[in-house]
Amino acid sequence: MIDFTPSNIRMWSRLGSCGAFGLAALELPAIDDKVVILTSDLTFFSGLERFKSAFPDRLYNLGIAEQNMVGVAAGFAKEGFTPFATTYAAFASLRSADQVKVNMGYMKLGIKLVGLTAGLSVGILGATHMSFEDIAVMRAIPNIVVLSPADCAETVKATLAAAKIKGPVYLRLTGAMNNPSVYKEDYAFEVGKAVTLRDGSDVAVIATGTMVYHSLQAAELLAQQGVSCRVVNMHTIKPLDMEAVNAARGAKLIVTVEEHGVIGGLGSAVSEALAGQAHRPPQLMIGMSDCYCHAADYPYLLEQYGLTGKQIAEKVLISLERKQ
Amino acid sequence: MDQNIIKKCLAASKEMRKDVIRMTYNAGNNGAHVGGALSMIEIMAALYLGVMKFNIQNPTDEARDRFILSKGHGVMAQYAALKQIGMITDDELMTFKKNETFLYAHPSMNPEKGIEFSSGSLGQGLSLGVGTALALKRKGNETSGVFVLLGDGECNEGSVWEAAMSASHYKLSNLTVIIDENRLQYDGPTDDILSIEPLVYKWNSFGWDAVSVDGHSVEQLLEALSVKKDKPYAVIARTVKGKGVSFMENNPYWHNGRLSQQQYEQAMAEVTA
Repeated sequence: MIDFTPSNIRMWSRLGSCGAFGLAALELPAIDDKVVILTSDLTFFSGLERFKSAFPDRLYNLGIAEQNMVGVAAGFAKEGFTPFATTYAAFASLRSADQVKVNMGYMKLGIKLVGLTAGLSVGILGATHMSFEDIAVMRAIPNIVVLSPADCAETVKATLAAAKIKGPVYLRLTGAMNNPSVYKEDYAFEVGKAVTLRDGSDVAVIATGTMVYHSLQAAELLAQQGVSCRVVNMHTIKPLDMEAVNAARGAKLIVTVEEHGVIGGLGSAVSEALAGQAHRPPQLMIGMSDCYCHAADYPYLLEQYGLTGKQIAEKVLISLERKQ
Repeated sequence: MDQNIIKKCLAASKEMRKDVIRMTYNAGNNGAHVGGALSMIEIMAALYLGVMKFNIQNPTDEARDRFILSKGHGVMAQYAALKQIGMITDDELMTFKKNETFLYAHPSMNPEKGIEFSSGSLGQGLSLGVGTALALKRKGNETSGVFVLLGDGECNEGSVWEAAMSASHYKLSNLTVIIDENRLQYDGPTDDILSIEPLVYKWNSFGWDAVSVDGHSVEQLLEALSVKKDKPYAVIARTVKGKGVSFMENNPYWHNGRLSQQQYEQAMAEVTA
């Protein structure tokens, strides 16, 4: 069984979310003998080389043909298997969007679609490979559970949890190698149940993916300014944890932070959830603005989009000042 | 060849054509995809009454053959075939395209009624077939076959060829494709819209065995579909869109058309004759 020891967690973080997924995948056959993994020419990129050595007959490479991969996964699911399928988040969500809709949404077939390198981490490859539309796409399709782990330890947790979900799942992986850790030791992960990592009364930050770490940094900086922040890790974007969202209504400001476009992502989900509520504080939505940016490396792009802890803190302060 | 099976398929084809006309008329002003349903009648009859194994008492029996209708708009012919084998009743058939029916204008997954998958978005069924065929092999089910019916116009979709490549790569000898080659698509002749011929050559070049047959000859279909291959197999069925109704044959209007009472009576007279 996989151990969430501090040293393992450090190792997963060094590998990044793809590598962590690949190592978690090694545990899947013991959890469910029906697990198979499909990939579209991304065995190594998905961290699956050890899986391939350990379980060569469980790995199906479908070549650079993502639409077919999703359909083939649907066939496996229908026949009682638990298929994981990996490709870049950009292609999982958009190139094969209709296959996702029909097979995962409409037919509810239990495909676990893994979107690699969501967000900006492969930004130097250009906008074709960045993905900040995928939450919007997956969230708009009925019946799909959308998981967005905060770090590599949570990537392992979410991978194992996905195998136990009967229906379709989209697993969104963000971050690069040497991914900062939110979790240093074992903790309880439950699909659909957000985790409050820090309590605070002035501002409620709801973050997902890599932005959980950066939001915690922001909260620390804000605390130095006398602003108390609650930070919630919304690792499950759908179904959204309404209890956690409602709990945020007590703050003066709700802030949503995601490595995703501000249109259709976590911020939208929270906003939609609160739209009918009479008493709700204003919401600051932090994410990528509505444009395609210059190709550049990951730290550069996070800075460009204002997604570092310091920048998040600055935006929160500005919003609070405006409010007063 | 078993003459009884041929007779059964011919008799069923006649009944199925009548049912497709009845469903189309019953659909009223909305009309229905009648042309492409009439072109696949003998294919359905040969599969359901001659070739495929199934157990209507246990529709999800592991030992069954799997049929996937990729050209979902032709589903009236499948519904009519399901009536012939006793999976659905005539009353149910007459709910086609009515509100609250389970017989949608494109099939909706319903394993208990013999409908393996939902379809309608073209180009997806062969991928489902590849996944099903791989899964059957993985389970050690060496006896069930997977049959996927595609339209020739549908072969415009690139995902069909992704799936075709993967089927031969994985040597899926348990997978058979039937192409309803009626040479018409929504906007007109396939040769005018997007040339897809020569289909036999294309499937061969993708690593499949392929054969061309008269898609309205029950004998030729039964013979072609009874051959065991050691790789995936494509049966290109040369058909006529609207087959059996003189004013519909080869007329693109009847891709999706509605029948007046007079047309209905004429069509019924022709397919009953």
